[in-house]
Amino acid sequence: MTTRRQFLILAGGAAVSGAVEAQLPPNIEALRKAALAEAVRKVTGDAQVRRGKVKLDLPPLIDNGNTVPLSVDVESPMTSADHVRAIHVFTEKNPQPYVISAHLGPRAGRARISTRARIADTGTVLAIAQMSDGSFWSDSVNVVVTLSACLEDGLI
Amino acid sequence: MSVRVLRLFLLLALACAARAEIPLAERRSGYEDMGRETRAMQDDDATNPATLWVLDGESLWQRKEGAAARACADCHRDARDSMKGVAARHPAFDAATGKLLNLEQRINGCRVERQQAKPFAYESRELLALTVFVARQSRGMPIAVESSERTKPFLEAGRATFRRRQGQLNLACVQCHDERAGRRLAGTVIPQAHPTGYPIYRLEWQGLGSLHRRMRNCMAGIRAEPYALGAPEFVELEMFLMWRARGMRLETPGVRP
Amino acid sequence: MARVVVNLPQRARRGEIIEIRTLAGHGMETGFRRTQLGELIPRDIITRFTCSYNGVEVFRAELHPAMAANPLIAFSTVATESGTLEFRWTGDNGFSATHSASITVD
Repeated sequence: MTTRRQFLILAGGAAVSGAVEAQLPPNIEALRKAALAEAVRKVTGDAQVRRGKVKLDLPPLIDNGNTVPLSVDVESPMTSADHVRAIHVFTEKNPQPYVISAHLGPRAGRARISTRARIADTGTVLAIAQMSDGSFWSDSVNVVVTLSACLEDGLI
Repeated sequence: MSVRVLRLFLLLALACAARAEIPLAERRSGYEDMGRETRAMQDDDATNPATLWVLDGESLWQRKEGAAARACADCHRDARDSMKGVAARHPAFDAATGKLLNLEQRINGCRVERQQAKPFAYESRELLALTVFVARQSRGMPIAVESSERTKPFLEAGRATFRRRQGQLNLACVQCHDERAGRRLAGTVIPQAHPTGYPIYRLEWQGLGSLHRRMRNCMAGIRAEPYALGAPEFVELEMFLMWRARGMRLETPGVRP
Repeated sequence: MARVVVNLPQRARRGEIIEIRTLAGHGMETGFRRTQLGELIPRDIITRFTCSYNGVEVFRAELHPAMAANPLIAFSTVATESGTLEFRWTGDNGFSATHSASITVD
């Protein structure tokens, strides 16, 4: 049973750490943006991320946010000298920003992955490709997430 | 404008908005109301999540069960032959008991009578796996439930449920799924509600589920007390819905939002 | 429920790029959901997927709670030689699933 004191500390601490808390903080938009920026920074360091070479494919209008098919395709000869090292996918509006990090290499033949993500809310999905020469390229898509009609008993 | 004229206008507008049963040629499966990517999920067995359950069902088909230590395969051999068309004609009239049985109940009947095993709970993983495995064998076949003197009472009961207003929202199935199918409810297209793919992998559930589970969701949606899984009201409604979808191709296992 | 489905060609030409599609049966509990009583349901997901080709890792993925349940991971690899592809999923609570597939490369 959390005391009021414990709850306040939790809420205060959570606002700083971005951890899951009992109530959503009023500045959640800013927190999530910051979490996304931090996640991207962890992957790219201080390197510049340029738009291009990457094609993020997912439906602009999503049937159900629980399972969203997406694929990332990166232009690359995939040779030892010039290939995609990794593909990272992030979301803007989820409780945490990471989706998947795929590690490829010249043996992949083609820099393309397909998977299915959970996307909580209408917003941006971001894909970043890390190249063998240390450069970073990206693509982003804005998606609209609708709610399903007629859910299970007990759910809103 | 006088109240009388307004009321008349409203009645006229409602009459125009409402329409009778969907003409046979205009019926569409919920498949066609989904996005391209969701359809692709259903089309490819390698990426259809329901395949996980189909494979489980295939294993269960071979497993010796109950006091009789008998597997489905012992009597029914290769399901690809023996089960072809079975799902397309269920729910079916059981002459021995005079009852209407859906596929799940038929499978459980076999378990109890032939395998001398306990029936699987409705919506259990085992029952879903076996049902989807059996129903999968009818994929591509036209839905063809029996419409005759002996099934007439069940069909009529099912149709009555489909047309009856229920729940706090006081809505009948027909109002959304016959009259307003194709229009949107909170961003989602209202399907005509043909059970062409059951058991389905519903993205909302992130799992495989039965038609009865889906219909319980519908009833929760109109704030009605949902019937129990396997209840006769549901089996009759299932019968009516399958009859309403007669001739449409079975897509099991379907993927739906 | 530790079932996996792996789809790839049994045969390929040397140098051909082959498509591999994998499905793993797993609920992928995010750790963000709550019960009706407000209790947090603990995270339980697959965290890592690897594909090795005759013992050499050719693909690896880190999965996070934002991956959908029953995760699909589709990728490609170059058919370099005949042999075995090993697939491995690991995750929370000691989850582990493996699958082996042979390929003939001529």
